[in-house]
Amino acid sequence: MQIDFSKNHFELFHLPVAYPIDLPALEQAYREVQREVHPDRFANSSGAEQRLAAQWATQVNEAYRTLKSPLARGRYLLKLHGIDTEEESNTAMPVDFLIQQMEWREAVEGAKQSKDEVALERLTSQKRDEEKRLFVLLASQLGDDAVRADGRETVRKLRFLEKLGEEIDDAIERLEG
Amino acid sequence: MALLQIAEPGESTAPHQHRLAVGIDLGTTNSLVAAVRSGTAEVLRDQDNQPLLPSVVRYFADGRVVVGHDAKASQAEDPQNTIVSVKRFMGRGIADVAKYGALPYQFEDASGMVRLKTVAGTKSPVDISAEILKVLKQQADKALLGNDDGELVGAVITVPAYFDDAQRQATKDAARLAGLNVLRLLNEPTAAAIAYGLDNRSEGTFAVFDLGGGTFDISILRLSRGVFEVLATNGDSALGGDDFDQAIAAHWRRTLGIASTDQRDLRRLLMRAREAKEALTSNSSTESDLALSLGQSIKLKLSREEFHAMTDALVQRTLQPVKKALRDAKLSVEEVDGVVMVGGATRMPHVQAAVAKLFGREPLNNLDPDKVVALGAAIQANTLAGNRSGDDLLLLDVIPLSLGLETMGGLAEKVIPRNSTIPVARAQEFTTYKDGQTAMAIHVVQGERELVKDCRSLARFDLRGIPPMVAGAARIQVMFQVDADGLLSVSARETTSGVETRVEVKPSYGLADDEIAAMLKSSVSHAGEDAAARALAEERVEAARTIEAVEAALRKDGDELLATDERAAIESAIAELGEIAKGEQHREIKDAIARLAHVTENFAARRMDRSVANALRGRKLDDVKLS
Repeated sequence: MQIDFSKNHFELFHLPVAYPIDLPALEQAYREVQREVHPDRFANSSGAEQRLAAQWATQVNEAYRTLKSPLARGRYLLKLHGIDTEEESNTAMPVDFLIQQMEWREAVEGAKQSKDEVALERLTSQKRDEEKRLFVLLASQLGDDAVRADGRETVRKLRFLEKLGEEIDDAIERLEG
Repeated sequence: MALLQIAEPGESTAPHQHRLAVGIDLGTTNSLVAAVRSGTAEVLRDQDNQPLLPSVVRYFADGRVVVGHDAKASQAEDPQNTIVSVKRFMGRGIADVAKYGALPYQFEDASGMVRLKTVAGTKSPVDISAEILKVLKQQADKALLGNDDGELVGAVITVPAYFDDAQRQATKDAARLAGLNVLRLLNEPTAAAIAYGLDNRSEGTFAVFDLGGGTFDISILRLSRGVFEVLATNGDSALGGDDFDQAIAAHWRRTLGIASTDQRDLRRLLMRAREAKEALTSNSSTESDLALSLGQSIKLKLSREEFHAMTDALVQRTLQPVKKALRDAKLSVEEVDGVVMVGGATRMPHVQAAVAKLFGREPLNNLDPDKVVALGAAIQANTLAGNRSGDDLLLLDVIPLSLGLETMGGLAEKVIPRNSTIPVARAQEFTTYKDGQTAMAIHVVQGERELVKDCRSLARFDLRGIPPMVAGAARIQVMFQVDADGLLSVSARETTSGVETRVEVKPSYGLADDEIAAMLKSSVSHAGEDAAARALAEERVEAARTIEAVEAALRKDGDELLATDERAAIESAIAELGEIAKGEQHREIKDAIARLAHVTENFAARRMDRSVANALRGRKLDDVKLS
């Protein structure tokens, strides 16, 4: 038995299929659906209902996780439009972006060496600003048939920044530890 | 185990009874059992009116087992056969327990988990924990069933939030071995939050700081309109009050030149250390005498300043996980509305002070830190047992540690990141690296480190029967699934060939079902009881439970959601199961339960679809197409 997975994540929560999202509405819908399907509701039910609840709750968690994150949501919307972001296979990037990446990575390395937590925090906020800029760009690309496919590159850039963020967090954690 | 009355199909079942379920806090130092009675959660006391059962188990050569206060009182007599803090050994190997300091036991290495040599034979931490749980179960049966107000349907067992898969599985195995039906494994800080949240009618973001006898957890939760959502959790499953005792004992050994290696002396020294730690919560200094086995007596002294100085590093070790959890939850300390202290070790003034300083606010400790976890577990057990009330709470918990796979070069590739809300499933694709490769080794690990050797190994298995192809052509999908207990199962299959090879793994330390059955058969409390009779009794209970659940669903939604022939098919499967359950063949009953489950699948799916649709009714449906 399978759940009807033909519904996309937006439809599952009765939300419009679009990049801008009403986060409080998403959160509320998530809780409302989870309240109905969570395995805790079926601890005393038949085996069929327990299995179904586990599948549903898993799917609802996945949908919520995807829609909550602006990067995952963008990637998912592109996929719904049949556009693969090729994050694993396509590593081609504009030169200026690559140069900026190298500079950032050097700065992270330097801050790590000199145990400069303030510099790491500053890099985090710079990275956040750049992400914000790219999310705005992604929103406009996703809303426009003519340039939607360009969203691929924006998603790949955002994935780079996400990895950079993880590196900075690790470095801060190590300094605190 | 009590048997349900099986009603004839069509015949009405017994009038609705309150379904009794208990919450059990299986602690490092003390264990408790609690239940909701007359609408209130309360700790069930033993015959001497004691709420706490010391988690101490003493084995005798004649096979007798003594658990609790008596075992604790005599721990220095026979330290090697009197096991304290067994929780610290659950799911741990010999290298792990070596880090705990000097302990008076004879450890034996075994695959996955240590064993302890006792006069009653070699015992695993699962066996020893099961002894504690059996006593709690008896206590519960006595308190609840004595007044004939129902049957015990199961238990919620709490575990430290930072317990990994090995430790969780071991806990569940121990409960099954004690004859308990485990409704859910519940994280201790989440249980505490339930008790606190309901008590204080709170809303907002809370940090639960839980320092127990042997484990430390920090959970950040958001409470909103009956939903408890864990945003992040962190901790150290090998840090607790016991380490403070060890620090004091080591200090005395060093400064007073105590060289005795007698295990009774070692145990007495640890007891004095614990007493000193507790005394220093309200006194500025403490003194006691240590009588050594060779007749010598030593005066032991300690001031609060000395104690705090020598254990400051341990307190600091709790603060790193707090910061990590806040970072994972993307919150600053200012955004936390309250800090809840749980666990006996949070009574230490320097722990309270350090937490207050970090959060810039006084922590809440108006509920007994020893009981709050069991009370929360009891509330959840009551809900899970089906005693619904209008304002039920919903718990959304997370996995504490990332789950991954070993890839080339001994690197760990994360498949499910830490703090993912459970239940969760995620698949990862791999391919072959040699032409004609027909097998692939899969190594499942848990932890945050990059190298496999720094993570905990959970399971290794081989996927065989891959059709020979050129390198890189096969598509091996490895699927990780974590259930609502936080337990992992892994399967793998080759997707391109249509040939499906599927392997289900239970992590290697976990006991297989037949091992559990064998242990049940041989365990003292079930001696003389035939395993087949037991299996029959269990299947009959399951049959009754299933029939009851399906009939309740039919009464509620059968008319609306089922065609006449569909309903007839279900009713005939119920009748068939009812008939077979009167027989003596447990396998046949099991098969009939499976058949009933099968014919109700579509009905179950329709019920679920409808409840989801109802929940979201009124939500605007325009725009629900690709824009």
